Amino acid sequence: MLKLDNIKTYYGNIQALKGVSLEISEGEIVTLIGANGAGKTTTLMSISGVVPPRSGEVLFEEKPIHRKAPNDIVALGICQVPEGRRIFPYLTVTENLDMGAFLRDDPAEVKADMEYTFELFPILAERRNQAGGTLSGGEQQMLAISRALMSRPRLLLLDEPSLGLAPLVVKRIFEIIRKINAESNTTIFLVEQNANLALKVAHRGYVMENGKITLTDTGANLLVNEDVKKAYLGI
Amino acid sequence: MDIEYFFELFLGGLTRGSIYALIALGYTMVYGIIQLINFAHGEIYMIGAFTALIVSGVLTLMGWPQLAILAIAALAAVIYSAAYGWTMEKIAYKPLRGAPRLSALISAIGMSLFLQNYVLLAQTSDFLPFPSLIPDFAFMEPISHIVRSSELIIYVVTAAVMVGLTFLIKFTRMGKAMRATAQDRDMAMLVGVDVNKVISMTFVLGSATAALGGVLIASHIGMINFYIGFIAGIKAFVAAVLGGIGSMPGAVLGSLVLGWTESFFTGYISSDYEDVFAFLFLVLILIFRPAGILGKADTDKV
Repeated sequence: MLKLDNIKTYYGNIQALKGVSLEISEGEIVTLIGANGAGKTTTLMSISGVVPPRSGEVLFEEKPIHRKAPNDIVALGICQVPEGRRIFPYLTVTENLDMGAFLRDDPAEVKADMEYTFELFPILAERRNQAGGTLSGGEQQMLAISRALMSRPRLLLLDEPSLGLAPLVVKRIFEIIRKINAESNTTIFLVEQNANLALKVAHRGYVMENGKITLTDTGANLLVNEDVKKAYLGI
Repeated sequence: MDIEYFFELFLGGLTRGSIYALIALGYTMVYGIIQLINFAHGEIYMIGAFTALIVSGVLTLMGWPQLAILAIAALAAVIYSAAYGWTMEKIAYKPLRGAPRLSALISAIGMSLFLQNYVLLAQTSDFLPFPSLIPDFAFMEPISHIVRSSELIIYVVTAAVMVGLTFLIKFTRMGKAMRATAQDRDMAMLVGVDVNKVISMTFVLGSATAALGGVLIASHIGMINFYIGFIAGIKAFVAAVLGGIGSMPGAVLGSLVLGWTESFFTGYISSDYEDVFAFLFLVLILIFRPAGILGKADTDKV
């Protein structure tokens, strides 16, 4: 479904991605793990077109998308929940969800989808008229995921959904990630520092170091891989 | 206290404030979206006035009726200035979008100087008489010694523009995109907003409103030159900061407060110190409310 072929991305003169190649098939949950500064977020931003790669190719269903504008990439069905949630602070919960459906033109179904996200996260329904900036971190993460779902993505990119959240909330969020994948067949590309959690939920995983993919295998195999254990699982 | 004199000053302040508001809205919208103080914004207002002067001159020679001239001249000014605003963003600001904010600010000052001198060369440095495009309405006759017809038109147009912009921001798709872009540009991209289009549109809207202000005030005062944009631009900038830059109601409120401050101080104390009062007021507001009257203090939630 998505294929990165040797992409190199720079911030000014600093090279963040030194030739990243990976592949995600339809219906999969694939995770990308690695230390801080390895280039995980940059990989997602390169896919979304916010920081386009300087060379290499990003193919979505065999078609190149690395020269497209971010809004055109969203229109194809690739939606990202960026690191730090990035809720619109002065828009209400409902307005935030509505922004997620910005490119859609079917008000009745948008409304139905909004009710569906309220079912997934009932707390959002309670807070629907509250400004996004007043929500707690966990609620903001739920809102961020819901906002992304409002675009009916075919490929959902999640950047560190567990960051800074209480263990119980993290558990709930990962349950929902699994549910989204299983129920609506949404392909998920999950970037995480919490390698243990990510590898348990993912079908396959990639390990990233210094802007390069160093290892790839199934989630289960990576969990028992000695190098991964030592470097990322703290065992 | 002479109540009629008070009213005269009050209405005079309202007139100034309305014009400042028409310009300040553009400042504040652009700042809200890309955090740039567009110092060339005053020049757009000036170009609007010059466009109206030229168009109305031609139409007058052709013997068109006064109201038709006003409408066509204003429309031409709005379109021409909007085109300038759009082009200016593409040439002077878009290439610098990733650069430090100071670079774009310097580019804005450069653009301002360029446009001033371009009009100076293309036109003249003298004050040019501007025809009174707004007719004296018969129903205004009994109170014409307090408020002129042109002032009435200024109030009405400003109010209409404010209502229109509020509607646009609150209820249209473009308005939604603008609010999202103002709050978090990258995130707006990630939900599918075409941010380049939003920024262009902001410049077009701001320029169009400023052009309206230019036509109205030129017609009210009766003369223009290439420098009017600079002074009006600075005053409107003060008004936008006063109200809280980035906030549209703030820009309008700041403009009215500034207009009344100038009007009352010059009326009751001395007209020699008009600008001193305006800037003194700004200094006071910034000491006690640094974010402006309606501005939101910057609080980043981590």
